[in-house]
Amino acid sequence: MNPFRFVSDVSHEAIVVDRLFFLLVGISVLIAGLVTALVVIFGVRYRKDSPAPRRALPQMLKNEVEIGWISATAFLFFFIFWWAAAGELSALTAPKNALDIHIVAKQWMWHAQQPNGIREINEIHAPINTPVRLVMTSQDVIHSMFLPALRIKQDVLPGRYTYLWFNAQKAGTYHLLCAEFCGTEHSRMTGRIVLMTQPEYSRWTETEAPTHGLAAQGETLFRSLGCSGCHGPNASVHAPDLDHLYGHRVQLSDGRVVTADEAYLRDSILQPRRDIVAGYKPLMPSFRGIVSEDDIVRLIAYLKSLSTKNVLNQQGERQ
Amino acid sequence: MTDITVDRLPETKIGESYLDEGHSLASWLTTTDHKRIGILYALSITAFFFIGGAAIGLVRLELLEPHGLFLTDEEYNRLFTLHGIIMVWFFLVPSIPTTFGNFLLPMMIGAKDVAFPRLNLMSWYLFVIGATFTIITIIAGGVDTGWTFYTPLSTLYANGNVIAAAAGVFVVGFSSIATGINFIATTHMLRAPGMTWTRLPLFVWAIYATSVVMILATPVLAMSLLLVSVERWFGVPIFNPNNGGDPLLFQHLFWFYSHPAVYIMILPAMGVISEVFACFARRKVFGYTAMVYSLMSIAVIGFMVWGHHMFVAGQSPYANLVFSFLSFVVAVPSAIKVFNWVATLYGGQIVFKAPMLYAMGFLGLFTVGGLTGLFLASVPIDIHVTDTYFVVAHFHFIMVGGSVSAFFAALHFWWPKITGRLYPDYWARFGAITMFLGFNATFLPQFVMGYEGMPRRYHVYPEQFQVYHVISTAGTVLLAVAYILPLLYLGWSLLYGNRADRNPWHAAGLEWETLSPPPKENFERTPTVTSGPYSYGEDAEPQAHTA
Repeated sequence: MNPFRFVSDVSHEAIVVDRLFFLLVGISVLIAGLVTALVVIFGVRYRKDSPAPRRALPQMLKNEVEIGWISATAFLFFFIFWWAAAGELSALTAPKNALDIHIVAKQWMWHAQQPNGIREINEIHAPINTPVRLVMTSQDVIHSMFLPALRIKQDVLPGRYTYLWFNAQKAGTYHLLCAEFCGTEHSRMTGRIVLMTQPEYSRWTETEAPTHGLAAQGETLFRSLGCSGCHGPNASVHAPDLDHLYGHRVQLSDGRVVTADEAYLRDSILQPRRDIVAGYKPLMPSFRGIVSEDDIVRLIAYLKSLSTKNVLNQQGERQ
Repeated sequence: MTDITVDRLPETKIGESYLDEGHSLASWLTTTDHKRIGILYALSITAFFFIGGAAIGLVRLELLEPHGLFLTDEEYNRLFTLHGIIMVWFFLVPSIPTTFGNFLLPMMIGAKDVAFPRLNLMSWYLFVIGATFTIITIIAGGVDTGWTFYTPLSTLYANGNVIAAAAGVFVVGFSSIATGINFIATTHMLRAPGMTWTRLPLFVWAIYATSVVMILATPVLAMSLLLVSVERWFGVPIFNPNNGGDPLLFQHLFWFYSHPAVYIMILPAMGVISEVFACFARRKVFGYTAMVYSLMSIAVIGFMVWGHHMFVAGQSPYANLVFSFLSFVVAVPSAIKVFNWVATLYGGQIVFKAPMLYAMGFLGLFTVGGLTGLFLASVPIDIHVTDTYFVVAHFHFIMVGGSVSAFFAALHFWWPKITGRLYPDYWARFGAITMFLGFNATFLPQFVMGYEGMPRRYHVYPEQFQVYHVISTAGTVLLAVAYILPLLYLGWSLLYGNRADRNPWHAAGLEWETLSPPPKENFERTPTVTSGPYSYGEDAEPQAHTA
C-alpha cells in the first residue's frame, strides 16, 4: 500500500487542496514570523532600562495603525475565503456519467458493491481517469469515508445517502479509513482503495463478476418481493410506472416536485407514505425490516437500469 | 495620566485577611465571599485537571506503539472520552471565570462582592453535583462516546454510562449559567463611583463577554443532552433515523453550544493577557476600544459559525460556504487582538517575569492556533483534515496553548494578591519555558501527521505515524513536568514564601490597591475612580518594580 504522503498527486482535486494548503502555510509563516519578529525586536529594544527612546505615538497615527491592520486582515481573510470557496464550488457535484459504487458502512466494516454486482469488504476497486461516485449509507451509527490520498472525506449517515466523488489520475493502492468515531473498533475500520487503469479495471470486473450484475440481482428481488405485482406492466393495481423514473422529476400529491435520485428511491421503499406521487393513492406498504441496505442498493441499481435501458431503446428505435 | 485614586484609611483600621475569616471546613463550605468561592473552584478544577491529564497521559503512552501497549479498544475509547469531558466542562469552561473571575471581577470594579453571593455559592455546589456524576461515571467504568456525544452512537449503540456522563455535564451547565448571570449583574450594578464602562479593565470586559455567551449558549447544551438521555433511556425517537429521527439535528444543537463554548474558554484568557502585557510592558494596552469591540464581536459572531464543525457531516454545500465565510469573519477580531498585544510592547519598559513569560507563550501559541483555524475555515482543506490530528493540534493550540497558558499567567500574576505570598520567580520562569517547549513538542508533530491523514480517536494506527506519536508522547512528559512543577513551588510559597505587599508588580488596577490577601470587604472604603485602566505612565519613565 502507498504510504500517507504530505503532498499528493493522486487526483487533480488533491493537487488543488495541497496548493491551497501550502498557500496558507506560506501566509501563516509570514504572519507568525512577523509577530515573532516584532515581539523579539520590541522585547530586546524596549527591555527595562534600555537606552532606546520611548516616544508616545500621536493619537492620529494610532488610529491609522488600528484601521490599517483591521482592513488588511479582513482583506486577506476574504481573499483566502474566495480562493477556498472557488476550490469547493469547482468540485461540488459529480459529472452525470460518473461510475456509481455503492457503500454500506456498519460497525466496523466497509461494504462496497460495484455496478456489476461484485461485492467487496474493506476494499474498493475503481478506475482512474473516470469520475467515480460513492453512494454511501450506514446501517448503524455515523461513519466517515476518508480517502487521504485523494484529500476527500464524507460522513456516512444511517437513514440517508451521502455522496463522495473523485476522478483519480494515478493508479495505486491507498489507505481508506473511518474518520468519525463509531464505537469500540473504530480504529480498525480501515481498508484500501485500489485505483487501476481503465483496462485493468475492466479486466478485474470481468474476472470477478458474479453471474448476475447488480441490476439483475435487483430485478430478481423486484419480482420476489412482489414489487412487480403493482409496478409491473400488467398490474391490476394503480401504481406509478417505474420506467423513465430515475433522474427525472416527479410531481408529488402535495405539490412538491422532487428529482428521483437514490435518496428518493430509498425513501419510497422504506417510507412510501412520505412522498406520494400526484394522482396515486397511498397504498404501498413499507419494506422497512424486509429489505436490507444491500437489497435496496440492488433494487435501486435495477430501477436505474430501467431508466438507461429505455433511453437506449428509444435511441435504437429512432435509428 | 493620573493614577487611580483610592481613599485609604490608616492601616490599623483594616479588617483581617479573607483567609482568616474562619478556618473550619464549615466556614469554607458555607462562605458567600466571592474570594473564598474562587478558591473552592480553584481546588475543584485543579483536581479535575490532573484527573483529565492522567487519562490523556495513559492515552499518549498507549500510542507509543502502533498496535497499542496495554489498553483494550474499549479502555482506550473511555480514556480519551474522559479526558475530553473533564477538560472541557470541568476544567476549561469554569477555569478562568470561576477562579480569577470570581476572585477579581468584584475587586477590579471596586465592589465588595458579586451581585448575588448566595447564588455564587450555589453555582459551586452545582459544579460539585455535576462533578459527582462524573466521578460516578468514572467509577462505573466510564463512557465511550467521545466528548461530543454524537448520535445515534450515544443514544443507541454506546456501551458506557452515557446518561450519568450527560447528567454531569447537564448539571455543571447550570453552574455556568448561574455564574454568568452573577457576573453580568455585578458588572452592571456594582461598579464603584467613577468606574465607567470605558474605564473597565479588559479582564472585566472579557469576563462580561464570556458571561453573555454562557447564559445564551449553555441552555442549548442542556437541551441536547436531555434529548440524548430521553432517547437512550425511554427510546423516544429524536435522533434515530429508523424511526424518523435526524442524527444531524444533534450535531447542530451540540455545536450551537460547543462552538460558542470555545469562546467561553478563550475570551477570559484574552482578558488575562491584556492585564499581564500592560503590567510587564508598563504600557497602556494598545487600542483599548478596538480590544473591547473585538471581544464583544467575537462573542456575537461566535454564535454564527457552528456549521464549520459539520463541513463533511452531510449539510448543504452552500451552508458550508456561509459558515466558512462567517468563520473567516470571526477570525478578524482575534487577529486584531494579537496585533494590539504586540503593539502594546512598543515603547515599553518590558520585564520578563514569570507571568509575562506565560503570556508571551500564550501569544505565540494562540497565533499558531488562530492561523491554523484559517485552514479549517477553508472548506476544501477542512474536508481533508477534519477528524484528523490536524484538528486535535489546532484546538489544543487554542485551548491549552492559549487558555491554559493564560490560566498559568493569571495564576502567577495574581498569586501574591490571592495568597499574600511571593513565589520563587526562577522556578516559575523555568516552568513557563518548559511548558512552552513541551507543548510544541507534543502538538506540532500532530499537525504533520494530521495533514498526512492520521485520524483522531484511533487506538491502533498505521506504523508510518509512529515517529510522530513518539515525539508527541515525549513532549507530553515535558508538559507533565511543567504542570506538576507549580504544585511544588507554589506549595512551597504558601508555607515559606515571603509576604507580598499590596502591589508587588507595581501594577495598575483597583485589586492592587488593597491588601494582599484582601480583607473580606475587599476595600477599606469604596474606591472612587477618576481615570481609565492601565495608568502605566504613557510617557514611559522608567519605573522601579521588583517583586
